[in-house]
Amino acid sequence: MGWLGRPATETQITHRARLWLYAVAVLVMAFLVLPTLIVIPMSFSASQYLEFPPREWSLRWYRSYLASPEWMQATATSLKAAFLTMLVATPLGTLAAYGLFASRIRFGRFAFALLVTPIIVPVILVGIGVFYAYVKLKLVNTLAGIVLAHSMLAVPIVLMIVTSALKSHDMSQEMVARSLGASRPRAFLLVTLPQIRFSVATSAVLAFLTSFDEVIVALFVSGGNNSTLTRSMFNALRDQIDPTIAAISTIMILVTSLLLALAQTVGQPRKRE
Amino acid sequence: MTAIAERPNAAGLRRDAFLERLALFGLGSPALLLVLVAMVLPVGWLFWLSFLADDGSPSLEHYRRMWQEPSYGRTFFVTFQVSLLTTGICIVVGYPLAYVLSQLPRRAANLAMIGVLLPFWTSLLVRTYAWLVLLQRQGLVNQWGIELGLWSEPLALVHNLQGTLVGMVHIMLPFLILPVYGSMRAIDRDYLKAAANLGAGPVGAFWKVFFPLSLPGLFGGALIVFILCLGFYVTPAVLGGGRVIMVSNRIATDIELFFNWGAASALGVVLLGLTLALLYVASRLVRLDRVLGGGH
Amino acid sequence: MARAAALPIAIRQVTKTYGRVHALDHVDLDIRSGEFLTLLGPSGSGKTTLLMVLAGFTRPDHGSLLFGEEEVVRRPPHKRDVGMVFQNYALFPHMSVAGNVAFPLKLRGVPRADVGRRVEAALELVQLGGYGERRIDQLSGGQRQRVALARAIVFEPRILLMDEPLSALDKQLRERMQIELRRLHDRLGMTTVYVTHDQREALTMSDRIAVINGGGIMQLDQPQRLYEQPANRFVAEFIGESSFLPVERVPGGFAHAGRVLAIQSLPAAAGRHLLMIRPERLQLLGAGMGEGLNLFDGTVEEVVYQGDSILLQAVLASGARVAARAPATAGAMAAVPRAGEAVRLGLGPADTVILADA
Repeated sequence: MGWLGRPATETQITHRARLWLYAVAVLVMAFLVLPTLIVIPMSFSASQYLEFPPREWSLRWYRSYLASPEWMQATATSLKAAFLTMLVATPLGTLAAYGLFASRIRFGRFAFALLVTPIIVPVILVGIGVFYAYVKLKLVNTLAGIVLAHSMLAVPIVLMIVTSALKSHDMSQEMVARSLGASRPRAFLLVTLPQIRFSVATSAVLAFLTSFDEVIVALFVSGGNNSTLTRSMFNALRDQIDPTIAAISTIMILVTSLLLALAQTVGQPRKRE
Repeated sequence: MTAIAERPNAAGLRRDAFLERLALFGLGSPALLLVLVAMVLPVGWLFWLSFLADDGSPSLEHYRRMWQEPSYGRTFFVTFQVSLLTTGICIVVGYPLAYVLSQLPRRAANLAMIGVLLPFWTSLLVRTYAWLVLLQRQGLVNQWGIELGLWSEPLALVHNLQGTLVGMVHIMLPFLILPVYGSMRAIDRDYLKAAANLGAGPVGAFWKVFFPLSLPGLFGGALIVFILCLGFYVTPAVLGGGRVIMVSNRIATDIELFFNWGAASALGVVLLGLTLALLYVASRLVRLDRVLGGGH
Repeated sequence: MARAAALPIAIRQVTKTYGRVHALDHVDLDIRSGEFLTLLGPSGSGKTTLLMVLAGFTRPDHGSLLFGEEEVVRRPPHKRDVGMVFQNYALFPHMSVAGNVAFPLKLRGVPRADVGRRVEAALELVQLGGYGERRIDQLSGGQRQRVALARAIVFEPRILLMDEPLSALDKQLRERMQIELRRLHDRLGMTTVYVTHDQREALTMSDRIAVINGGGIMQLDQPQRLYEQPANRFVAEFIGESSFLPVERVPGGFAHAGRVLAIQSLPAAAGRHLLMIRPERLQLLGAGMGEGLNLFDGTVEEVVYQGDSILLQAVLASGARVAARAPATAGAMAAVPRAGEAVRLGLGPADTVILADA
């Protein structure tokens, strides 16, 4: 094991002398990654207590999930809300990113700051504030209400991702396009948008997930026939450990991974030399 | 007349410039309107409510009560306690990992980063649920602890402060690791060569050269973690089992059980004020867009 | 491609300020139809700002801009019908070479059949025939430059603007492209405005050069006039090398250090003046030579061998310093004095240029 004796860094410390450090790093890494992943095999356990490794495999928790009208209802609501949030937040955030980036006015910085406040303000405050407003507007327990609040939470994420994409995009291409006869909107659509599509797709996926994973606002403003999946899960968690949730969690992990993989492939920028 | 001849088209050009800016700014207006309607107005409303007594007259009653009633003091104490502990554990646990990652070759580090970001991408509820399952009495941790002979009776690992801390550290760790990792990557390795050249041993070189250079990232990351912890709701509610009541939980209870909008709003205003003040401090130390935009 | 109907450009009183800085200060400039005009100046002089005003990307505070008879200062870029080549080419990486060149044609609604033919013709013109299907990232720097050019001329604009289009290329390629661009201009006849900070490039390619500094035009002239008769010290320093000697006015002319100078053309203006000396116009003289020349005696300070020539720094008896350049031929090398030795330098009356010291 000559490797152990070799210097690890510029300080000439050997790998052997800091094996403990590697051990710590591996443990922390395991702490970060494993708990989420371990839910997946557990969800196929036949036991009420979700052993690991499961003594007996079964799909009973998936069956119980699929057979429950309440869970199905909540899943449908969550998917609808997330999809609509994506449709609202992505164009709004992208347009705002482009407008604020291109206008270069002093008020633009202020507007940008205002647009990112939803990720700074504690969510509970947004939750009860929106709830209070919705009571007056009769939007409590409606899909429109959820989508409105979730879009507001997702806009800053789209804004930040698309702005950083625009910052690294060569804007002289848009100028060339305009000199060649394209109006500004056309130049954006034909030249800039195709090249930042990777970021726009990523931001769309994250907008979807922002809504799909959101708990607190949904707790206050969704309910009845329009309960979201997260709201139902949260309430179930507070009462008891229902193994059905392991199955739902596995499905949610699957949905998330699929979406992120999709974002990677849809807009993957072409390989540069 | 001469003024116009010397400045042809001045008025028209000014108008064009104004209209162009207006059009570009107009692109941002739907988003601004959304944030205004769905956030600024409702939160502003709460702000207003917090200064109204129950009979609707302006008063500082809710703030006074917050000051006088010990239960509120207890809530703030718990909030700070949990946030500080979480931040501290994140530093102790996250710094070594960031350090090792920052010394890996780029490719390997990027791969490892996916592991760090994995929790980012999975639902907060799913992660909280995972811990609930792992830490419960018949859970995996107790099961293995007893099998390995570390303890003999199932321990109460969840529905208390420890459980909450485990869950919160798990969620907050990436927020600490990312800025620390970034600032470590930015450190010029030649400094360490110079330190070794000047006679510093590995330990001395680390503490005297590397560690101070990584402090801005560490401090910024720690502040972000602390700020985000202050507003936590889901994790203490689920993993705390009613024993860990942070400000957010208290606000929710005030609304859900007592419909006490004034008290909840006043708490919310204080929480927001704390958050903004700390955020201002943090913004002087780190580029916040890098940290908060970490979902990417 | 047919010769396009070129348009003259008239710039009147164009001013652009950023805060308190005048990027352009009441600029007046007439560009002739079909002319190759270069805007030459150091960075920050306002040359690029002026080009951006022509293209429509920078809106001046006030001023008038005529393409032919038409006022265009308030017209947006996409309605100006101006071809433009950027410094970094700004090719669209998500389109093929043909896609890039076809872009302006498609925007103009040119029928499909014509698009293919015209794209190929434009590519032939820049010697990239058959490259249409290539991806942008498969091209070399020089090829990208040509694609950018083809894209800018394929729709037969009446005005072509170029912003330092050759600065990213290596020296040899740059010199070849200079000749090629000039040939292309002669063939197409578009009014061309070319921005550069490279004086040699400007001298090589241009019909006329506008030297710009501090947001204003210092001099507008043909390359040779600009080099031989710079309007002021800035122009003289910016174009070519030069030494400046103080002169005093004497009846009927000027004198340096008491010696009256033989001068071919006297300046009209009053005020302080300077003698400008181009190093390569100074002759190294042996004893008893220099009939009909203005003579300068001094001591050699330094001799630098530069491959194609020898650069000699001398301190004159008057205390002024001059530089002289001699060809590095075998004979001349032998005759060059060494540092510390006395030297006599001669300057012909035609090369003796008196400048206003502005």
